[in-house]
Amino acid sequence: MANILPKKIQESMDKQMDAAKLSDSKRKKVSERVFEKYFGMKVHPGECVGIISAESIGEPGTQMTLNTFHFAGVAEMNVTVGLPRLIEILDGRKEISTPTMEIYLIAPYNSGKDIKKIANEIKEVKMKELISEISINIANSSLDVVLDAETLAELEINAKYIVKVLEKRLHGSFKCDTDGEKVITIKLGDKAKDLKQLYRLKESLKAVYVRGVKGISQVLPIKKGEEFIIVTAGSNLKMVLKKEYVDQVRTTTNDIFQIEEVFGIEAARSAIINEAYKVIQEQGLNVDIRHLMLVADTMCVNGKVKGITRYGIIREKTSVLARASFETPLRHIFNAAKQGEEDVLNSVVENVMINQPVPIGTGLPGLITKVK
Amino acid sequence: MFNASQPIYKKISRITFRTLSPQLIKGMSSAKIVTPELYDKEGYPVDGGLMDVRLGVIDPGLRCSTCGSRLKECPGHFGHISLARPVIHVKFVRSIHNLLRGTCSECSRAMLDDKKKKDYLAVLIKYRKEKPDLYWDKVAEIISEMNKVTKCPHCNAKQKLISVEKPTTFLDKASQVRVSPIEIRSRFEKIPDEDCELFGLNPVSLRPEWMILTILPIPPVTARPSITLESGERSEDDLTHKLGDIVRINQRLFENINAGAPEIIIEDLWDLLQYHITTFFDNNISQVPPARHRSGQPLKTLSERIKSKEGRMRRNLAGKRTNYCGRTVISPDPMLELYEVGVPTDMATVLTVPEIVTTWNIEHLKKFVERGPKDYPGANYIIRPDGKKKKITEETKEQAVEEIEPGYIVERHIMDGDIALFNRQPSLHRMSMMCHRIKILKGKTLRMNPAVCHPYNADFDGDEMNLHIPQTEEARSEAELLLSVKNQLISPRYGLCIIGCVQDALAGNYLLTRKDTEMPYNEGIDLLFAAGLDDFSRLPHKAKVSGKEVFSAMLPDDFNFTGESKALDIDEKTKEVIIKNGKLIKGVLDSNNVGHGAGMMLRKLHEKYGEDKAITLLGNIFKMGSQFLVKRGFTVALSDMDLPAAADKQIKDTLAQAEADVDTLIKSYHSKELRALPGRSRLETLELKIMERLNRARDETGKIVAEHAAKDSHTMIMALSGARGKLLNLAQIAGSVGQQALRGKRIGGGYQGRTLSSFPRNSLTPMARGFIKSSFASGMRPDEFFFQAITGRDSLMDTALRTPKSGYLYRRLSNAMQDLKVEYDHTVRDVSKRIIQYNYGEDGIDVSKSEGGGLDIAPVIDEVLGE
Repeated sequence: MANILPKKIQESMDKQMDAAKLSDSKRKKVSERVFEKYFGMKVHPGECVGIISAESIGEPGTQMTLNTFHFAGVAEMNVTVGLPRLIEILDGRKEISTPTMEIYLIAPYNSGKDIKKIANEIKEVKMKELISEISINIANSSLDVVLDAETLAELEINAKYIVKVLEKRLHGSFKCDTDGEKVITIKLGDKAKDLKQLYRLKESLKAVYVRGVKGISQVLPIKKGEEFIIVTAGSNLKMVLKKEYVDQVRTTTNDIFQIEEVFGIEAARSAIINEAYKVIQEQGLNVDIRHLMLVADTMCVNGKVKGITRYGIIREKTSVLARASFETPLRHIFNAAKQGEEDVLNSVVENVMINQPVPIGTGLPGLITKVK
Repeated sequence: MFNASQPIYKKISRITFRTLSPQLIKGMSSAKIVTPELYDKEGYPVDGGLMDVRLGVIDPGLRCSTCGSRLKECPGHFGHISLARPVIHVKFVRSIHNLLRGTCSECSRAMLDDKKKKDYLAVLIKYRKEKPDLYWDKVAEIISEMNKVTKCPHCNAKQKLISVEKPTTFLDKASQVRVSPIEIRSRFEKIPDEDCELFGLNPVSLRPEWMILTILPIPPVTARPSITLESGERSEDDLTHKLGDIVRINQRLFENINAGAPEIIIEDLWDLLQYHITTFFDNNISQVPPARHRSGQPLKTLSERIKSKEGRMRRNLAGKRTNYCGRTVISPDPMLELYEVGVPTDMATVLTVPEIVTTWNIEHLKKFVERGPKDYPGANYIIRPDGKKKKITEETKEQAVEEIEPGYIVERHIMDGDIALFNRQPSLHRMSMMCHRIKILKGKTLRMNPAVCHPYNADFDGDEMNLHIPQTEEARSEAELLLSVKNQLISPRYGLCIIGCVQDALAGNYLLTRKDTEMPYNEGIDLLFAAGLDDFSRLPHKAKVSGKEVFSAMLPDDFNFTGESKALDIDEKTKEVIIKNGKLIKGVLDSNNVGHGAGMMLRKLHEKYGEDKAITLLGNIFKMGSQFLVKRGFTVALSDMDLPAAADKQIKDTLAQAEADVDTLIKSYHSKELRALPGRSRLETLELKIMERLNRARDETGKIVAEHAAKDSHTMIMALSGARGKLLNLAQIAGSVGQQALRGKRIGGGYQGRTLSSFPRNSLTPMARGFIKSSFASGMRPDEFFFQAITGRDSLMDTALRTPKSGYLYRRLSNAMQDLKVEYDHTVRDVSKRIIQYNYGEDGIDVSKSEGGGLDIAPVIDEVLGE
């Protein structure tokens, strides 16, 4: 092993040495000493890094606030923070409580060009936002839908477009028409003459998708530093990345599973680290990123994101006793009995259970001296 | 024969799980149980009863008739009952159902053709070895495929659908006729071994027919001991009660069958036997009424013994009880060293350390024995070389002194310098249990240096802590080398010093190192001595010494450091702190540099001079701070919060202005002039704007208070040095308490659209929505009190709800990651040697050896440049 430093340390050392304008002999001296220092900082084999990471995340957990929401300044999005968010991330939950995206835009648009238009285009619009009034016209057996002109103007949608959408969505069993301005009349199709259908339609109409990216319920263009970005409530990474004005490199979401789906497991691992680190930092706590890396890596070893739950990574443990000591002990013991499973007692709890030294840390090396 | 005093030392290398076959149950049984009676008239266990002496003994004086040992020597032996009719084991109902549906009712073979069977078996064997997590999913898949088959591929027999009626009845779905356990058992007996594998069963560890019990093992008496009440009455264990029921019904069933009773009576008894055996295994099955005591409280049967936090798994196996430990209230003693713990004499006469008698220490140890158990320092026990333990009493102490000779062990009282582990729950990180040196003190409490409160998260409002005395040489050396306070200085969470100055030590050091502190030379010497120094040569010999010089006298003379402080030194523009060659040249030392968890000064001291020097220095600095404060005097007064009249007026104006602004906002809302922000309703927008305006007002009043409050008031000093309190607290006392936020919003809701009945309905004014204009000093109005109570209670709830949540998260994390370790090739792997990380943390740096999580290169360059 030559004196190889990790890339990051090497780079920062080179930079600092350049800045100090050191002579070659001094450079050598510095790098030797830095390596010596680095060597002294290395983890010892046998160190139970898992427990240390668990402690380092679990302990500050008690100091976090449970208060779910936070408002920093005007017009920020509502995001889950603190302990609930951390639990959500580490659980590997598929449905997160407040998905949001940060959409970055490419060159002409990031300086604010068409920003409103873009934002409107991304936002998912449903019928209920456009309707100001619905009434059932029993005489004509039709629905009269009055549209909200103001919203229409704002979103730049016209009634004709809506009629087109509705006809597509309602699979032709209804006939739609418009006066061109505000009112849409929906008539029952020829086949069915049942008024009940109109009542049902009245409700289901509100949920009809009109335009935009599905899942994105709110958009908010804000200025971040020099450029404009769009913050959203709701997330749909796959579809948003397809838009030509979106910067595919920097656009991101807080939904780890979407990241996994689009970019793969390594991206998901980074996302877990980033999201968890953000939570901890927001709370003003100090936890080294290495601990989060280890947690993220354990969650992702299989190539799929698995939560730290009895259905996730704890289920995959090879030791029966380790699984049984966590949750649902009986199920694990009975399944083990069905299989004739063997526990080779090579990890921690099992050995605690049978009063034997634990093969970790100082329990690892064998001694040649016979004790007792 | 088993002998508890001479244990056999063996290493267990593996544990195999399997079920007991009927033959095995019979083979290991030492008694057949035939009667539900327990004792005869004399109170002697009945032969063939549940407390049979062949099953082990729990009474002193009796001998086990299987192994001949006495109480505590005999581990107990299993017995058995032959069941009159076979009974289904509840815990296997799922498997039984799968087998019934997946095998042919005629030929009992798995309903898959040979080719498919071969393929699946190959897959399962592979999965069991390589992907144990997917094994059961695959089994489920195969089972559901077999379930769909309606005609046996082997014998072409048409299959009947069989359904389960919870908990233990199987029915033919079409005819609703019961399939009796006897039938099931005879079908299962014919299932080939190979086919069992398809159902996830290993025929060696579980033959299908074993799931229907024909013989029931009786746990040994020692596993269900009875207790004798004060009245002399015996109270039996829940398991014994349950077993009694089983034996009784089983006997009745036998009798009725033999007497040729009508089928309906036999069926009823059979069902009853099934019920009792079901609840014997698990008394918590849905749709089965739990068996109860006469008092109505449910019995604790086998499953309940294992399950849950109080069960065998978590209570007795994953966690254990210890002797040689103590617990009391803690209190502070700043004169103790950081690594010491003060132990009250009462505790010291109970806790002991074993010491082996040799020819060199026999006289020394005899003195301890002579003093006996009451006179400190004495001894409580002697242990003979054959392992027999003898208690020393006032009467036997002379005799004990005569008796001891080399080879004996004396359990002597703990003394100054002995090693102890000190712990406070909840033990959330490894610094929650550290090794201290014992210091015997008068009084009744455990004493500790207040600087070590932080790693334990302890305070002295009634906290109790535990003390453990390691009993073997290995334990003691491990405790000292790995767990001692000096080894735990750097937190593995963030790589900085977790122990530092707190409270008065911080305020003291801040005041001491401020420019305006000066004292006569002799007072400087006094202070250094009080801080625990005896070398005063580094204090410059002149009539008046500055505080900085006194502080510098403690530091090693080759210590260099630059950092930043929290507070400004007097007449200084920057917060720079410079220490050059062990002299504090510039800056003040406050929580940023000598406090815990922040600042690099303590970390640098640790790095350069090692843990021993670091911990002494830390102790010195701490004492210096608190002793200086003792000498100088420090108190807070109400007048600290007084503001000049002008400032009061300014605050009033600021608040009035804010209120006026909010009024305009509300008006613009009502007049619909206020435009909604994108994605928000107009009301939400209004709320946001009001919140922002009011928070700004609070900040402004804070600024006014900070500006006008006496700079040198002690309250201010505490806030500035980071000893206690924040400027915000001062602002709330002197200026205005500010907006009370509930769930991130202003307080709203209430009945009839008002928060309190003194406000108009639907009022949006700051006052009606929880803005507290008054300050704590001026006192709050009644309505303001209510608002404060609301948020106060909310934060109480928050704490109460958070603790279990984060506790559970922690438990899951530690369970998931407990077996990860760094291997000799520096990869991080789990038990199955699966690589989790190629290099720990991507650079292999141990956080607890790092400098705040990284490696600081600048000082190395400085050092090389300086050469």
